[in-house]
Amino acid sequence: MAPGPIRVAETPLVSYLLRRADDALVLGHRLSEWAGRAPTMEEDMALANMGLDLLGQARMLYAHAGEVEGRGRDEDAFAYWRDERGYRNLLLVEQPNGDFAVTIVRQFLYAAYAEPYWRAMMASGDATLAAVGAKAEKEMAYHVRHCAEWVVRLGDGTAESRARAAAALTELWPFTGELFEVDGTDRTLIAAGIAVDPQTLREPWQRTVIQVLAEATLEAPPAGFMRRGGRSGRHSEHLGHLLAEMQHLQRSNPGAAW
Amino acid sequence: MTEPKIPLWEVFIRSRNGLAHKHVGSLHASDATLALQAARDLYTRRGEGLSIWVVPSHAITASDPADKGMMFEPAASKIYRHPTFYDVPDEVGHM
Amino acid sequence: MYTQALNAGAVGAGQPPGEDAALLARFQERVDADQRIEPNDAMPEAYRRTLIRQISQHAHSEIIGMQPEGNWLTRAPSLRRKAALLAKVQDECGHGLYLYAAAETLGIAREELVDQLLTGKAKYSSIFNYPTLSWADIGAIGWLVDGAAIMNQIPLCRCSYGPYARAMIRVCKEESFHQRQGFEIMLTLARGTSAQKAMAQDALDRWWWPCLMMFGPPDAASQHSDTSTRWKIKRFSNDELRRKFVDATVPQAHFLGLTLPDPDLRFDADSGHWEFGAIDWDELRRVIAGDGPCNADRIAARRCAHEDGAWVREAALAFAAKRQAKQAA
Repeated sequence: MAPGPIRVAETPLVSYLLRRADDALVLGHRLSEWAGRAPTMEEDMALANMGLDLLGQARMLYAHAGEVEGRGRDEDAFAYWRDERGYRNLLLVEQPNGDFAVTIVRQFLYAAYAEPYWRAMMASGDATLAAVGAKAEKEMAYHVRHCAEWVVRLGDGTAESRARAAAALTELWPFTGELFEVDGTDRTLIAAGIAVDPQTLREPWQRTVIQVLAEATLEAPPAGFMRRGGRSGRHSEHLGHLLAEMQHLQRSNPGAAW
Repeated sequence: MTEPKIPLWEVFIRSRNGLAHKHVGSLHASDATLALQAARDLYTRRGEGLSIWVVPSHAITASDPADKGMMFEPAASKIYRHPTFYDVPDEVGHM
Repeated sequence: MYTQALNAGAVGAGQPPGEDAALLARFQERVDADQRIEPNDAMPEAYRRTLIRQISQHAHSEIIGMQPEGNWLTRAPSLRRKAALLAKVQDECGHGLYLYAAAETLGIAREELVDQLLTGKAKYSSIFNYPTLSWADIGAIGWLVDGAAIMNQIPLCRCSYGPYARAMIRVCKEESFHQRQGFEIMLTLARGTSAQKAMAQDALDRWWWPCLMMFGPPDAASQHSDTSTRWKIKRFSNDELRRKFVDATVPQAHFLGLTLPDPDLRFDADSGHWEFGAIDWDELRRVIAGDGPCNADRIAARRCAHEDGAWVREAALAFAAKRQAKQAA
């Protein structure tokens, strides 16, 4: 157990693992906020299932980060004892749930990237990442399928649902550039055969998004300014609140086991 | 309530290959695709299924329990349809 | 999770005019012979109404029951606990859905049942009108509330109405992890820091008596149990189940090293049972009547989810109608 907030000495691989784990944890946490609040009880089940998939991915990745770091830290040390600036997730996944359209569009945009990402990672030189890939690829394929069905229904449903879906797309679109960002960490690991080049994911992502939006009679917002910063810990203001809520119990009882 | 009703679907699950689909319950969904996904999320959370059928509940035609007598009892007396009706000497062995 | 024997407003056994005494007798014979009753079978109207009431209350309890535990989903103190709690809260939603499905086989639509809940016409288990004030409450709910629920639900697996019994079998199978999950949380806290132990004791202090109330009013005050018992909807009386629960739970509390908040609690060697102090039935009546700590919040939250989701449900139906029209064209 950590005695206080931790700062991780981030080697490229540790950093890379934390980025993926943080994406999954933060998005899974957002989905868990829906429990008991979904538009139908059937959809409550679906949102929880997607949240559980992501929590599972996060836990495997944190555990691996702990092994690679070699300082005896477990999944909870990374999740509960890093501050906002130490979190490495995409800005997209920390955006608030908003209405059902925002949640579904956010999940769709992320899953349409994560599915080909994890499929490619099955060939990673890191055996654990490859194993996570084999599991996550199927999970994310289902998220794409489920969210795409909803995007189509909201886009081609009523005037109100169409307006809400369009507003959600406009709101979240600027966060999609970060999905394909490449920095030094990525370059090192791409060269080592551990990471996939995110640039290669742009084409499959666009294909999925454009096809589903077309079926939904929605249009992709025009290419514009893309927001970034999550990978280096420069987040939106939303993440701090999420972490404050998530971490408070651990932090107010240092050293306790739960 | 003025809200229009969301259709009811019956759910059938094949738990493993070699077994038939079995009725497990029902759910509500606005169309077949969402019904199938809802069935997956609701009825296969613990690996209960390999295949799912969803059928609009209104598409099922059921026999009336009141007709049980004429529907099913006439079969009871046709005992010659069962192998135990026929005598085969023990020494013939299993047949 | 679970419902309770809410006898307030119970449906009487009185037969509506025109319901044939011969039908009632034939029905009772079938029940006595332990034959299961299936959806379209002839059944007394009071049997049907009693079942709709009980199954829907049970379903509502599962759905409302998501809230007190959901209150800690975003604050669960470890990722392992977070995943288990999300799976548990999700199970409760699933169990609500299995039960609504069973109720619908009796010829009532889920929309109508949900409407009864949202307008306050339908009841749900009083236990969910208490707040979850610390993480230990999540342990106490799993251990005690689910423990009480299991006592009640296991006999329901043999209930005379087929769809209800089948739903309960599924629920009981899935719920076996819920109580263990709760007990494990309590055990971890009881063996933890002094602050954690105090948290566990405080949760037990607050949840113990409401859990005993979950089994419903004492048998002497419960006028409708007879019919339910005769119809094999109910197989044990409120007091029998309550006693079973206390006998099973007291040793578990001792194992945890926690004190039950009942100065009159003592083991009676003659009967072999734990004798417990007087239950505050006024409190139960108050909570059922709507004046529990969280009644208003629970219904408001449910209504909010329902209203916020209306545009989504409309969109899904509108889309389905468009596709159907396109196919027909």
